[in-house]
Amino acid sequence: MNPFDLFASVSRSPYAHARAEKKNDGKKRIGYFCSYAPEELVHAAGAIPFRLFGARRDIRAADAHLQSYCCSLVRGGLEDALQKELDFLDGAVFPHTCDSIQRLSDIWRLNAGFPIHFDVVMPVKLNTSSARQYMIDVLAKFRKDLEESLQVSISDDAIVESIRLYNRIRDRLEKLYLIRSGNPESLPPSAMNMVMKSAMIMDRAVFLEALEQLLETLSNTKAQSGGSKRKRILISGGICNHPDIYDVLAEAGGDVVWDDLCTGYRYAGGRIDESADPIEAIADRYLTRMACPAKHLSNTARGEHLLEAVREQKIEGVVFLLLKFCDPHAFDYPYLKQFLDDKGIPNILVEVEEQPAPEGQLRTRFETFVDML
Amino acid sequence: MADAPEKARDPEKEKRKIKSVSKMKEIMTNYYIEAKTARDSGKKVAWITSGGPVEPLIAMDVIPVYPENHGAMIGASKMGVDLCEKAEEMGYSRDLCSYARADIASAATNGGPIGGLPEPDFLVCCNNICGTVLKWYEVAARYYNVPLFILDTPFVHREFSDAARDYVIRQIYEYIDFLEVQCGKKADFDRMQEVGKLSVESMRLWQAVLDVAAHKPAPMSAFDAFFHLALIVTLRGKPVVVDYYQGLLDEMNERIRDGIAMVPNEKYRLLWDNLPIWYKTKWLSEKFASHDACLVADTYTSAWSGVLPLIDENNFLETMSVAYTKIYINISIDLMIDKLREMIRKYDADGLVMHSNRSCKPYSLGQYDLQKMVMKELKIPTLIIEADMVDERQFSESQIDTRIDAFMETLKS
Repeated sequence: MNPFDLFASVSRSPYAHARAEKKNDGKKRIGYFCSYAPEELVHAAGAIPFRLFGARRDIRAADAHLQSYCCSLVRGGLEDALQKELDFLDGAVFPHTCDSIQRLSDIWRLNAGFPIHFDVVMPVKLNTSSARQYMIDVLAKFRKDLEESLQVSISDDAIVESIRLYNRIRDRLEKLYLIRSGNPESLPPSAMNMVMKSAMIMDRAVFLEALEQLLETLSNTKAQSGGSKRKRILISGGICNHPDIYDVLAEAGGDVVWDDLCTGYRYAGGRIDESADPIEAIADRYLTRMACPAKHLSNTARGEHLLEAVREQKIEGVVFLLLKFCDPHAFDYPYLKQFLDDKGIPNILVEVEEQPAPEGQLRTRFETFVDML
Repeated sequence: MADAPEKARDPEKEKRKIKSVSKMKEIMTNYYIEAKTARDSGKKVAWITSGGPVEPLIAMDVIPVYPENHGAMIGASKMGVDLCEKAEEMGYSRDLCSYARADIASAATNGGPIGGLPEPDFLVCCNNICGTVLKWYEVAARYYNVPLFILDTPFVHREFSDAARDYVIRQIYEYIDFLEVQCGKKADFDRMQEVGKLSVESMRLWQAVLDVAAHKPAPMSAFDAFFHLALIVTLRGKPVVVDYYQGLLDEMNERIRDGIAMVPNEKYRLLWDNLPIWYKTKWLSEKFASHDACLVADTYTSAWSGVLPLIDENNFLETMSVAYTKIYINISIDLMIDKLREMIRKYDADGLVMHSNRSCKPYSLGQYDLQKMVMKELKIPTLIIEADMVDERQFSESQIDTRIDAFMETLKS
């Protein structure tokens, strides 16, 4: 299978892929919801971290545990667990992020029936020395918990090896981002979404190999010399589980060339120092890469970062893609919008519940938006 | 109107009124006047979250101001919808916490019952109550362009680790350092210890006040606790709080001696979970009373005294920081059920009423599981009311009226 078909297939049916993969490799799968899950440690323990993106259909079983004012990521994830659709998972890890994920961890542990459960209660602020020390302590404890639950011993060498693999993956992902930004037509509109999703699902070594193949086929891609009438768009928000949005935008004349998404560039951003103490080095990546709004780097870090990305990637319009009931993102939206408005960067807000708005409605909004640019 | 002819008062109702209420209103009025005129008296004003350690502020002569208390006042004065709508016009989603929405809009428009809170010189945010306060205080820090101190209290799922303990204790000293910089003076640790003792004393008295409702019939209800709560939240550590709660406790004991119940013919005793529905407290209280039911206690107002056993007043600063991390809302569902069970037994509650509060995810998500545990293990009826603490648009009166009637029928059968 050529790498692009592979990524398309994996991202379309992640559970089927994981089941098949597990049959072959026999490795444990640990589910997670958040880019603060210390994947490098899970991988060093011989397991494969598997990202959960929430369900895309009606919620039934989860309604008995979660109110309707809880986001579809949390409700959908629990629904899949209760419907036994995650039978390939051995357990899950819950890093501390928002109020909803915090309670999901309790509800999951008490109802989902997995033998393995980790809470990684990370600091919420990332900008003090005591928070850094606490982050290191929490990661060291997670390493121990993994050793106990998975009955393995995790050597420093194994962690360093895992760090190297993740650094290579992030490096190649960044290359792909730059290729797409340099020449948006080099890849189909939703390709980045499919690649990123696959990066969080597949056996990471297998993924890296496929990603390198894809980069190889793109190696002759030249950056566009400009003059295109198409508009350069950045998507900002939490998770994006709706590749159609990229296609609809493309048809309206806008290319998504960059993002600030938890399932996008935030995952690829930041490297881990391979020569430092491995636990400290993992902690330091979390303390320095761009933060999720549930964490605190500074009062304006996300706004400054957004403006920087807009400048560097020559962005002409920003789409805020927010999950309904996601409090941290909704709180940041007015100031991020203000930052963009002050610089004259047009932007629109698209709120996604289980599904985005009907395609027709979305199409009209995007067409109007792109025409305005 | 002093000159208007007095309406004939119902002596039965008069006798049930809590006399301390007027004193409490006076203390709160003076407190807000002092806070609003802080600039003139050269005092600093700090905004602080309801679960945050206020004691060091009191010891440093800083006036603490509570946006959450302000939110409750907005709700109780039914100004919530108007302010929430203003915040929505500013771009804040209707799904966000209504305290935060109402307060953000009030700051921008000088709106609300007291024309907006006094501007802060700095902000103190403790996330033991939710992640929302972090975002809300970031908004305030940008709006007023003032420094923000974050006290990060790791959530307690199954254990409170040594690392978490070290982290919160280190932060308490960082907090003091921050205050020294903001106030331009050294901290007086003896004073801190004194304030700590007063704080512990207020918590003890507050808990004693709440405990009187274990008496049958209860001399006060959870609705009274919601009202009298304001002092333990805003001014604990000040002598006036100790005096006030001592007086309130004496009044309650007197009511017990005189056989005065808050709900006449109290037959059913209920426990309330979550924050009050501020704009409907009177309606709810009368509704339950019409069924001879009294909400005798709640999981909310005891949050400020529930951790008392964890505080050593001789090592106040450090033990307080640990205690504040373990409050009811910062622990997992399986630890919460222990507290619920304890309260149901202590107050001999016949039923549990849970307010599923759209504004408060850490309090509300998990209630469905807690409800099942209570029904299964303690075999008492439960009722869930879907509403919001300040945003009245989320309150469907006729539906809730019917549900309460149905719940009370189950309870009576």
